[in-house]
Amino acid sequence: MVELTLPKHSQIRNGKRFKAASGTKNVRVYKIYRFDPESGENPRWDKYEVDSKAHGPMLLDALIHIKNSIDSTLSFRRSCREGICGSCAMNIGGRNTLACTKGWDEFSGEITIAPLPHMPVVKDLVPDLSGFYAQYASVEPYLQSTTPDPQKERLQSPQNRDKLDGLYECILCACCSTSCPSYWWNQDKYLGPAALLQAYRWIADSRDDQTKARLEALEDPFKLYRCHTIMNCAQVCPKGLNPAKAIAEIKKMMPGK
Amino acid sequence: MSKPPTASAPPRALHRPLSPHLQIWRYHITMFTSILHRITGVATIAGLLLGAGWLVALGATASGICPEAYTVYLTFAASPFGLLVWVGVTLAGFLHLTGGLRHLIWDMGLGFDLKTSNLMAWSGLLTAVLATIAVWFYLFATGKVVL
Repeated sequence: MVELTLPKHSQIRNGKRFKAASGTKNVRVYKIYRFDPESGENPRWDKYEVDSKAHGPMLLDALIHIKNSIDSTLSFRRSCREGICGSCAMNIGGRNTLACTKGWDEFSGEITIAPLPHMPVVKDLVPDLSGFYAQYASVEPYLQSTTPDPQKERLQSPQNRDKLDGLYECILCACCSTSCPSYWWNQDKYLGPAALLQAYRWIADSRDDQTKARLEALEDPFKLYRCHTIMNCAQVCPKGLNPAKAIAEIKKMMPGK
Repeated sequence: MSKPPTASAPPRALHRPLSPHLQIWRYHITMFTSILHRITGVATIAGLLLGAGWLVALGATASGICPEAYTVYLTFAASPFGLLVWVGVTLAGFLHLTGGLRHLIWDMGLGFDLKTSNLMAWSGLLTAVLATIAVWFYLFATGKVVL
């Protein structure tokens, strides 16, 4: 359901400001969403004045620097620091991206960092993604075939293999799904760009012969057709993938299934 | 560290606020034109109703039910505010037309790469504005509409 404003208990108050030592040069201000589940208080915006020379080039470096040297209570997810695990997906400067592959010098002035949009927040920059993972599971993201397992691997022509390019690279960071206004308003029923991209990844796979069943499972006013080609998914994907195009391909296949 | 929850104050761990969405989002042109497509769709319908109002006024006058209806309608329609409404309806109609064409292209599975998508969104806006200016320039230049 469309709700343009935040519920009362989710509204964000102004928080603390952590000042840099006087005389510090290269100060950059980070405005970061904070929520402490144990306090029962509303979320708040804390501001950190950070010496940019004190940490590496990426926004994840800045966040780790804040946690290590300024405020150890800051929570965020991170793991690989090279854009392949998808853990540090968050909203930076108003758009979803991976903190580890985005340079802080790509922004001017104060940098706003919030959790992925329109999700339940566990703590600070950590959203609850269990619904997102359940949607991914619901598209049955694995090879399904009625032919008996061959002795070796299932072969595929180079042409058919090419059809999976731009689909298999997804790291399930949830940047796309949580960028989508349709997903914001209907995430209880609409599968969202990430799950649909993966649904198409198996529909497009020549080795999978459950195409018809997969399409039938998606033919629903909400699961698939809440996509209105707003294009936020493709605009923000940190891997440069295009879920909107994959969804359009699924829609195109529906009449002929 | 905050204090551990006590028996009298049960843990609030299940309190999960909703993260900000529209409050923080920085629009891409395609998101802007997507919302605009909906708004202009509604505005175009409103314009059609106003057009239907012209027929109703005409009928009411011709049949003698309300002899002044047509004059009243034309007085409104030709007033500066009325003209502003018509210009708005024209712009909304052209925006909805270019938006519809863009969505038709997308529905064929074409034009999804970001450069093409952004170009289609921007050129749709520009075309609609230019077409509106052209229509109203023509109407004023030929004396079909006067202020």
